[in-house]
Amino acid sequence: MAILVDRDTRLICQGMTGWAGTHYTDSMLQYGTNVVAGVTPGRGGRVHLDLPVYNTVAEAVRETQANASMIFVPPATAAAAMIEAIEAELPLVVAVTERVPVLDMVRVRHALMGSRTRLVGPNSQGVLSPGLAKVGVMATGSVRPGSIGVVSRSASLTSEVTAQITAAGLGQSTTVGVGGDPVHGMSMRDCLELFLADPDTNGVVLIGEIGGTEEQDAADYIRAVRPQIPIVALIVGQHAPPERRMGHSGALTLSSQNSADAKIAAMHRAGVIIVSSPHLVGETMRDALPSFSRPRAVVA
Amino acid sequence: MKLHEFQSKEILSRFGLRAPKGGVAITPEQARDIASDLGASRLFVKAQVHAGGRGEAGGVKAAASPVEAEQAARALLGLRLITEQSGTAGCFVKRVLIEECADVTRAIHLSLRVEPSVGGIVLTGSTQGGSGIEQRAAAGEATIERLFLGAGDGVPLAETGAFASRLGFHGDQNTALTLLIKGLLGAFVELDASLIEINPLALTADGTLLALDAKLSIDDNALHRQPSLAALREEDELELSAQQRQLNYIRMDGNIGLAANGAGLGLATLDMVCAARGRPANFMDIRTTATSLDIAHGFGLILDNPNVRALLINVHGGGMQPCDTVADGLGIAMRRTGRSLPTIVRLAGNNAAFARQRFENFGCRIVDCPDMWTAAQRAVAAAAA
Repeated sequence: MAILVDRDTRLICQGMTGWAGTHYTDSMLQYGTNVVAGVTPGRGGRVHLDLPVYNTVAEAVRETQANASMIFVPPATAAAAMIEAIEAELPLVVAVTERVPVLDMVRVRHALMGSRTRLVGPNSQGVLSPGLAKVGVMATGSVRPGSIGVVSRSASLTSEVTAQITAAGLGQSTTVGVGGDPVHGMSMRDCLELFLADPDTNGVVLIGEIGGTEEQDAADYIRAVRPQIPIVALIVGQHAPPERRMGHSGALTLSSQNSADAKIAAMHRAGVIIVSSPHLVGETMRDALPSFSRPRAVVA
Repeated sequence: MKLHEFQSKEILSRFGLRAPKGGVAITPEQARDIASDLGASRLFVKAQVHAGGRGEAGGVKAAASPVEAEQAARALLGLRLITEQSGTAGCFVKRVLIEECADVTRAIHLSLRVEPSVGGIVLTGSTQGGSGIEQRAAAGEATIERLFLGAGDGVPLAETGAFASRLGFHGDQNTALTLLIKGLLGAFVELDASLIEINPLALTADGTLLALDAKLSIDDNALHRQPSLAALREEDELELSAQQRQLNYIRMDGNIGLAANGAGLGLATLDMVCAARGRPANFMDIRTTATSLDIAHGFGLILDNPNVRALLINVHGGGMQPCDTVADGLGIAMRRTGRSLPTIVRLAGNNAAFARQRFENFGCRIVDCPDMWTAAQRAVAAAAA
């Protein structure tokens, strides 16, 4: 039905009592996500948004059997919050915090090795399984339950592409933002692997950009497994000046490997359908799906 | 954040990096005095700019006397040095570094950086120093040695020693290079660096390792805990002012002002304008946390740019930042500057209709486009009109 988050998700929010935590937890509750508690050190025992607040993640997990955490902690302490959630063995941790120091994320990556946790983000809009659960900060006005998976390094392009998929008469199984930072948790390839194993995902959209090489890793994986479902990719930043961080910390071209052209070429070699603009994603995917490209004849 | 060569060398000297004797001058006369104090007959006068490709662009000059050093400094100071990385506006040369020429027996390349693909610090080295190392490696003319160092702590000396051997350093030289790598790695972690590059690192006739050039960049996201380094920040003032207002603004040299709410959306817009054969005057990513007043600051930067002939606004409204917040930002900027431009918009998501009303209310006649490719084409046409 979806990947990573669904009706069985029992979510805690680290930093729930802060301004952003309050705003977005409220919006997740409105969407129907099963939020079970908040965690703010020193605020344990209070009730916020009708939910219990605990001092530590371990305590919250013990009391509520939570299986996922959403992190709204400011950049200076975000990595410590992620490591706390990893040590509490939560299966899923989603971090939206922007501007986390990169060496902190290197330490988080170290903590992730051999752990039970999947980390999404940081600098991610989160994970949304339309109609089931929203663990993130994305708008949900243009989403619809369906069968297209979206994995992206950009929150704004996810909104854009999701709306285009909906406009084309399709819907989304899950949308995942892997985050705009150079060092982060789950990669595009990791998400792709989950989507390909999900029987209800019939197509995947990859949204990549300049910086790093994770699009190439995803392309290598696609070449190796030869998926039976269409994969459509949009890669942005072809005309960005080199050596400049383009909004995202990770959107930086240091070598030719990091360029949009190199990524597009790798995707092309892997048989991925490349689109040049977000507004073409919906139609392109619709035409690539077997059931949509050959409409059944209607017998009068 | 990039640091200048002289700053990088000075900071890294605390961690065991040695550099040729030298000094920094802001006037030609100072350059002459530094050169005569050094007393050397072979000197280099080097422009201190943040862009790479300095040597190829004529930013490094040789001098054989204090008078020649003065002449070289006079030629460089106040120059707008245009390198392959500086853009057409070039980099203003405010300072020069005057250094002794070292007696080099061999020169290698050494760098430390955080590599996204492995999520940790990677040490790279090549037996052949000098510029264009990546291109030469790609062409098979140089080999690059790599060593993964994780988070940089608990790296055994045996591993870096073996790395030094692969670069052809044996015996005492191996020990010297291993210790230098250890020191630089300590600096990398302590200073929250995103890059340390010593290229070339020279081995002199008397067996000393000398940094002929050094680059140190600090992770922007860690500047809050590196106050002494943050104080050295010397970047484009316009861009810094935007950053303080929740905007990522990057100056470019075209005539179409761009604004989008989101980095990815901004990049897509930039690509489309270029694909439509237009030239962007800037990249501007409006962060979700920006208010109308912040956004007005950004539009103010665009309206103040005399080159801009048309404005392209691409917004996907969300819960925190609906379309009308961005529209109001433009209204404020137009009232402040008294300037308006042909405005091409593409609005989607929350409050798109309300935003159209806001534009009308403050008297901005917009060209409303259904998708961003149409918007890009209309913007290019408007800028050319």
